[in-house]
Amino acid sequence: MPLSSPAKKLIGILFITLLALFISLPGDFTLLGRNFVRPDLDLKIGRFEFKKNFDLILGLDLAGGSHLVFEADTSKISADRVEDAVASVRNVIERRVNLFGVSEPVVQTSSFEGKERVIVELPGINNPREAAELIGKTAQLVFAEVEEASPSANFIPTDLTGADLSRADVVFDQTTGKPAVGLEFSQEGALKFEILTEKNIGKPVAIILDNELVSAPIVQEKIAGGQAQITGSFTLDEAKNLAIQLNAGALPVPVKLVEERTVGATLGADSVAKSVRAGLAGLAMVLLFMILSYGRLGLIAAVGLIIFGVLTLALYKLIPVVLTLPGIAGFLLSVGMAVDSNILIFERFKEERLKRPVADALEVSFGRAWDSIRDANIATLVTASILANPLDFSFLHTSGPVRGFAITLALGVAISLFTGIVVSRNLLRVFIREKKT
Amino acid sequence: MNWMKYRLLYLAISAVAIGAGIFGLLTWGLRIGIDFKGGTILEYRFEEPVKEEDLKRFVGALDLELSSLEKTGENAYTMRISNLEPERKGIVEPFLERNLENNLEELRYESVGPSIGPDLIKKTLYAMGISAVLILLWVAIQFRSFKFGVSAVLAMFHDSMILVGSFALLGHFFGAEIDFLFVTAVLTILSFSVHDTIVVYDRIRETRKKVGGSMTEMANMAVSQTMVRSLNNSFTIIFMLAALLLLGGETIKWFAAALLIGTIAGTYSSPFVAVPILVTWDELQKKIKRS
Repeated sequence: MPLSSPAKKLIGILFITLLALFISLPGDFTLLGRNFVRPDLDLKIGRFEFKKNFDLILGLDLAGGSHLVFEADTSKISADRVEDAVASVRNVIERRVNLFGVSEPVVQTSSFEGKERVIVELPGINNPREAAELIGKTAQLVFAEVEEASPSANFIPTDLTGADLSRADVVFDQTTGKPAVGLEFSQEGALKFEILTEKNIGKPVAIILDNELVSAPIVQEKIAGGQAQITGSFTLDEAKNLAIQLNAGALPVPVKLVEERTVGATLGADSVAKSVRAGLAGLAMVLLFMILSYGRLGLIAAVGLIIFGVLTLALYKLIPVVLTLPGIAGFLLSVGMAVDSNILIFERFKEERLKRPVADALEVSFGRAWDSIRDANIATLVTASILANPLDFSFLHTSGPVRGFAITLALGVAISLFTGIVVSRNLLRVFIREKKT
Repeated sequence: MNWMKYRLLYLAISAVAIGAGIFGLLTWGLRIGIDFKGGTILEYRFEEPVKEEDLKRFVGALDLELSSLEKTGENAYTMRISNLEPERKGIVEPFLERNLENNLEELRYESVGPSIGPDLIKKTLYAMGISAVLILLWVAIQFRSFKFGVSAVLAMFHDSMILVGSFALLGHFFGAEIDFLFVTAVLTILSFSVHDTIVVYDRIRETRKKVGGSMTEMANMAVSQTMVRSLNNSFTIIFMLAALLLLGGETIKWFAAALLIGTIAGTYSSPFVAVPILVTWDELQKKIKRS
């Protein structure tokens, strides 16, 4: 006997679901006392390599980490240079963060009504204070001559700056053993340094960082070769940070920390556990409610809903969606909306069954309910897309909880259209029609 | 059933609900969280139990203004402080550890400068405005009439007013704060409200095509036919949200509460606000045409 078309579709759905289920499984887990490890995708076909890691990416509020927002002070530069300056701030910050050693940082800019901000997300960091200081310092290094004639020791900045460095390192002072920062100048810088030292033999040369005097060693002799050392009273961490800042370059404009949110890993794990528990409890109640109100139909809706859950989770991993706490709420809400498609169809089915045979009633209900399902869900998708702001319009939210929530809601609604119409429909066609006729 | 006969009653119910909210807003206002006005949230978990008054005393000793102190778990406390500069934050932890003779772990630290809030409000208003216009257009096009679009959007604002008003009351009596998540909830409710309204409108559209009749008759039929669906759908969403409210933890408790209130308001407003407005508008239009 040839398979009917809905049955074929059902097999297709089953296949997709199993695939999605495989992707949704945690990386390694224990079931019935046995330990399973789910492999990640790692395929090589000819020259093409497919590699995909199927781990769920958790946001800072769930995995722990720091969210920092810096505002760039662009008041002292001309309007046409603002964009370049902010882009350069972003790049310098990114270099600093990478040198600091944070895995998978996110650095993005946001411009809104003349306020230029740089948003930095540092997952799994446990010393956010230090990171904030490292990122936020301008790190403008200048060498200055000292005018000794005046009683207050006037500094005359030279054109030798941090921009003339090729490298900075943490070193230990040979006489005191204290941490210091070793500098290596570029070719041009080395020449400038040679001239500067030659001119100032027997006099101090001031090393100024962000308008503060770090040290003013007295020049003994002309220094050629382009090597120097800054020995202030650094702790080891301070020396390390300064080296990072000098290597990454100075910020072209000063920045100020205007927002900081740090969530410890413990609280994050706690939130994950609680939301999973809440989600399962809610889901169980919804399934029970559907089965109690609609009987066999409800059972099919329940199966459809589980497929919805598995598909959604798999898509989160494939896209990938960074899952946050509001994102989980968005998902739970979309579960409610997914059920709605089923309820609309079933209520319609109850009416139509009085008028015509079961199989026809089913098809008619799908057709009639589709109009309202489509119109209603598109309205939700419109709002969710504006909140998710996929085109990165600067006048809408470009980061934060609103976006995390909207992305999962929009995805959930889109998937629910698929499961509500394709999955439930074919399940019903196969199981209801073939039993009754 | 002649649902539209009791239009005045629905109006009265809505008026009471919104009126209570406006009363709350005028008397106590909203409790604005640090997301909007700036400030600091610190959440610590202590190794040993601590007395709340001790914690208050020592925080006070640092010249910090504690605007609220909340127990948010076993030996865990959330403090909201209005005047802790980021530079001074480093001293709080060792000071408390030493004076309370108790080790602590920082669970959460949020510090928001005063310049962040106004931008968020503006962005949110833009998002609301754009959503409202697009939804109005979408509904008007799908139902080929501006009446449908406008009444759906009015019902949508009805729901958000109830939600905002109820948070004035919840803020006064239970300390609920207006934060970023609350704003998200308001925006979600806008879409939920319209979602529900469209389902009822769809029935009116279908009846108009097949049977016809006066707007009041069609509206009555549509409301009767969608009532069970509306209730059942809301139940499922309410189940999910109630689970989130009870089990989801402190961080999203008020968010779930906001969504819950909005869902209930949204379910109510579709048959009892949007449709009555539509019917009344239609009647007025006909009267004007006749005269």
